[in-house]
Amino acid sequence: MSELTLTLIKLGFLALLWMFVLAVLSVIRSDLFGAKVDSRALAAPVATNGRSPKPAKPVKKRKGVPGSVTIADGPQAGVGATLSSEPVVIGRGSDCQIRLDDDYSSTRHARVFQSEGEWWVEDLGSTNGTYLDGQRVTRPVPAEIGGSIRIGRTTLNIAK
Amino acid sequence: MSIASTSVIQIMPRTRRGVELMLLIIAIGVSVGAYVNVGLTVQDKVPASTGYYAAGIGLLALTAHLALRYRAPYADPVLLPCAVLLNGLGVAMIHRLDLGLEASAIAAGRTPKSPTAPQQITWTAVGVVLFLVVILLVRDHRRLQALTYTAGLAGLVLLVLPLIPGLGVNLNGARIWIRLAGMSFQPGEFAKLCLVIFFAGYLVVKRDVLTLAGHRFLGLDLPRARDLGPIGVAWLVSLGVLVFESDLGSSLLFFGLFLFLLYVSTERAGWLIIGGLLFVGGAFFAYSAIGHVHKRITDWLDPFSIDGGQIAVGLMGQGWGGVLGRGLGQGRPELTLYSQSDMIISSFAEELGLTGLIAIILIYTLIIERGLRTALGCRDIFGKLVATGLAMSFALQVFVIIGGVTGLIPLTGLATPFMALGGTSLVANWAIIALLLRISDQARRPQTPAAPVSDETIAMVVQKQ
Repeated sequence: MSELTLTLIKLGFLALLWMFVLAVLSVIRSDLFGAKVDSRALAAPVATNGRSPKPAKPVKKRKGVPGSVTIADGPQAGVGATLSSEPVVIGRGSDCQIRLDDDYSSTRHARVFQSEGEWWVEDLGSTNGTYLDGQRVTRPVPAEIGGSIRIGRTTLNIAK
Repeated sequence: MSIASTSVIQIMPRTRRGVELMLLIIAIGVSVGAYVNVGLTVQDKVPASTGYYAAGIGLLALTAHLALRYRAPYADPVLLPCAVLLNGLGVAMIHRLDLGLEASAIAAGRTPKSPTAPQQITWTAVGVVLFLVVILLVRDHRRLQALTYTAGLAGLVLLVLPLIPGLGVNLNGARIWIRLAGMSFQPGEFAKLCLVIFFAGYLVVKRDVLTLAGHRFLGLDLPRARDLGPIGVAWLVSLGVLVFESDLGSSLLFFGLFLFLLYVSTERAGWLIIGGLLFVGGAFFAYSAIGHVHKRITDWLDPFSIDGGQIAVGLMGQGWGGVLGRGLGQGRPELTLYSQSDMIISSFAEELGLTGLIAIILIYTLIIERGLRTALGCRDIFGKLVATGLAMSFALQVFVIIGGVTGLIPLTGLATPFMALGGTSLVANWAIIALLLRISDQARRPQTPAAPVSDETIAMVVQKQ
């Protein structure tokens, strides 16, 4: 077989090998972008009710059963969940009831759940920890009205 | 009050099995291309066995693909094609070296050995069968956590198996082989898999103690003295492997694996420093006390001091290969000792050149990246640690053997995953890929809202009033 043919076969095979690598890379590239959070909807959550969210005010602790958990600041301010009877999972994962767009939160970061007539905040083994009123949550702690949960760079308020 | 979940675009979860099939077809094409290329250049014709080879590798890859479609539909689409390609390229290169060794044996007037490529294809089939068994039997990787200590014991038994007189055999200075029913096995390859499961299960339980207790020293969180037990045991066991089995590669692999998982699970750099110091101490001890290790290091420092030494010939071949390589079938990689097993990367570098070698290393990197990605996406800590451990064992092994062959670090006898001639390693690697795919299926599967705690329903998402 001629020298030229052999060289062409050699280069052709290298090209084929690299084609595979590039095909894999393009698959990974299209795989990188998972579930997206629509920035338009996030940027204007308040447009629907016509008020801008006020920065979180320190609220005095009150007696009573908490009724909702809501994000206090940032682009997601106002997003939250009512505390009815089911536990509320907070985190970045798509299965969370409150889905954070915060790089410092874990996929399933923390959970607010009801037990013995009280609501509790529990850390779900998160990387950066959950803080209730500045105290790191290491075991389930009672959630009271006016308390604030900090997860990553996000603060959530517990309200009536 | 409006429902805020409208702010999240619903993306249909994609199984990506179609993409996997497409990549598999390319991978099979490249493998068959390599096989035909060898035939064209060495024998001047398309080899008659091409049909069998193509049908064999195609059938095995498609069976694996169908098992994933059926049992793990959300598994990572990239892992299987990468494994198939590496395996196929390895078989093609082993076939090419068979031809080369046959020619040089005839030229020297010796009777050529029987070809080894068919043997490697048989082992590939065994590997794919084990792959299917893992995919079909392990329906949920979390079940493996119950086997933590069983796996640890099994791993330890597999490690010391070659030391049993009559069972273990000494090959090339290392005692890591056992001979059973006329075939040799390298039980360390399976020990790796068992130990990853053991380390992961153990660290899930102990990581809190290992993370929280400790004191700061020079800006580093150092663990308490009494928590040093596990790392000490891992160090002693790997040193024992080194002393009694003279196997530098597995010793490094096991200790490195434990250290990585310890670091990943506790996120404390102090462990890496302690482990690094222990490693330096162990390495120095091995260098001064174990003749086999001493020789490996002097060979590395001055490979050309021995005439016709394995590393020296390999380096010459790689140099001759240059940037674009000699072309498949046009070099003389068979001149290197163990060109089909330990030095197969050198054979590839000679015939495919730097360009081909980079592609091969990239494919290894992609497997490792997908393994770590799986660990990131996995929802349970045990799965995270197992995926990290499997990916890191792959990474360490590839680094140690390619680094050794290219002269970066002392050469040790670890198998090049999926490529090197050797059944045990090939079969064990197929099991590792199957386990990674199983975990990635769990990690990428869309969660029904109630999945973590099955009787929960979505709490209504509201906007602040």
